[in-house]
Amino acid sequence: MAPVVYILAGWSGFFVMSYELLGGRVLASDFGSSVSVWGALIAVFMTALAIGYLLGGYISAWRAQPAILGAILLAQSVTTFASVLISEPVLDWIFAHIVDVRYGALAAASLLFFVPTLISGMVSPYAVRLLVTDLHKSGQYAGKLFFISTFGSAAGTIFTSFYLVLWFEVNQILYGLIAISVVIGALAIIPIRRAA
Amino acid sequence: MRVRRAILVAVAIALSLGAIGSANARKDIHDERSLYRNIVVYEDEGLRCMVFNKRFRTNIRQTCQKIGDPDNLVFNFTKMIAAALYVTPAPKDILVIGLGGGTLTSAFAKLLPDAEIDAVEVDKAVINVADKFFGVRNNERVHIHESDGRAFVKRALGKRSYDLVVLDAYDEDYIPEHMLTREFLSEVRRVMKPGGVLAANTFTNSNLYDHESVTYEAVFGSFFNLRTNNRVIIAKLDGLLSEAEIARNAANYEDAFRTLGTGMDFLLPLFSTKPDWKRDARLLTDQYSPSNLLNNR
Repeated sequence: MAPVVYILAGWSGFFVMSYELLGGRVLASDFGSSVSVWGALIAVFMTALAIGYLLGGYISAWRAQPAILGAILLAQSVTTFASVLISEPVLDWIFAHIVDVRYGALAAASLLFFVPTLISGMVSPYAVRLLVTDLHKSGQYAGKLFFISTFGSAAGTIFTSFYLVLWFEVNQILYGLIAISVVIGALAIIPIRRAA
Repeated sequence: MRVRRAILVAVAIALSLGAIGSANARKDIHDERSLYRNIVVYEDEGLRCMVFNKRFRTNIRQTCQKIGDPDNLVFNFTKMIAAALYVTPAPKDILVIGLGGGTLTSAFAKLLPDAEIDAVEVDKAVINVADKFFGVRNNERVHIHESDGRAFVKRALGKRSYDLVVLDAYDEDYIPEHMLTREFLSEVRRVMKPGGVLAANTFTNSNLYDHESVTYEAVFGSFFNLRTNNRVIIAKLDGLLSEAEIARNAANYEDAFRTLGTGMDFLLPLFSTKPDWKRDARLLTDQYSPSNLLNNR
């Protein structure tokens, strides 16, 4: 079970940073890429992750099953997919209603990226709960998990900005991320069903 | 291996000595770290220049003004952009995206006493430097806007339109990728009046050249491609002018251009419409715009 949990956490880290970088691309066509647009984008991601950590912790106290971790990843995929589909009308609407690029970018980033990112944030605390079997090693488990998920984030940042944007279109990359999430999420759900 | 290292060390020493030598000759009069970059203004050999990056490649000058002769256009690319007036001789409404030291903005303001100019610059610090060190500031005809160029153009859609758009937002180091896409250029096209002209300064000599070319061509069709060590693209809506018409406009501007330090002998031979790029290069779009990566390769 542990390897699946680590893979899932690492992938979720990759996903979030790749998504954030591409989010900058999505906002640029309406709001530009000035420093305030990046500030708005990063603030939304950080807030969403913060709330996700809190919620992930609550859910882990309610029920601890790898299948639920898989379900979190599936929920992240579904909401990201929805966000890609609605992004154009949402951007058009905000552009028409909010003139100041700072608040326009903040509103657009909130509507498009908040929910998927919040769900990504739930992964780490929930994963810690699944891994901890021995109380005095709990910090060690948490450390290893943060190592892997943050390393995943670093990989997602580099890989996306160095290579993926050179090879693929923004939406192609997002669909690829979503597809991989679905596969990994399913991996976490299916074996448990079989065992039961 | 050892020999190669020795050569490298020798080259490094020579380079740093060279840097010290040139630093001695030039006098820095302003040094500022803005949100986007380092801005240095210096005076050297009768020129006052603004540079955006003072490490190693100190030769990347954004703006230079001749001390005592501020109208003189020092760089080839500014002369080449001024040549847009050969294609649209009397523009009334002008949009300049990328203020820099404001050389082009003040040149157009002087050459065209009836023109109104909107100049857009993302970096407040650059706006201040243009004001303080290059004498370019707001007046009744020049309006400087602190904004991202793309956001400004998108906001202007349906509200303002221009006879001449000057796109000077790229440099050799960095390209704002959202301002080199088919979608952005289409938006620029939509803020241009019928028969309007676009003059874009692109520094490209790299792999990006092909991509950039097919993208401009997709939006504007055939364009004048002026190349020296720089590249300036001059596109016009509703068909390009004939060589004879350009030569006639150039002749009318000859006296005025002399005050800028250029003229038709230099500029006219540069007007080319012959495609010298790979026509099957991948188009740059909002979905695919790795311009800086392509520029580095």
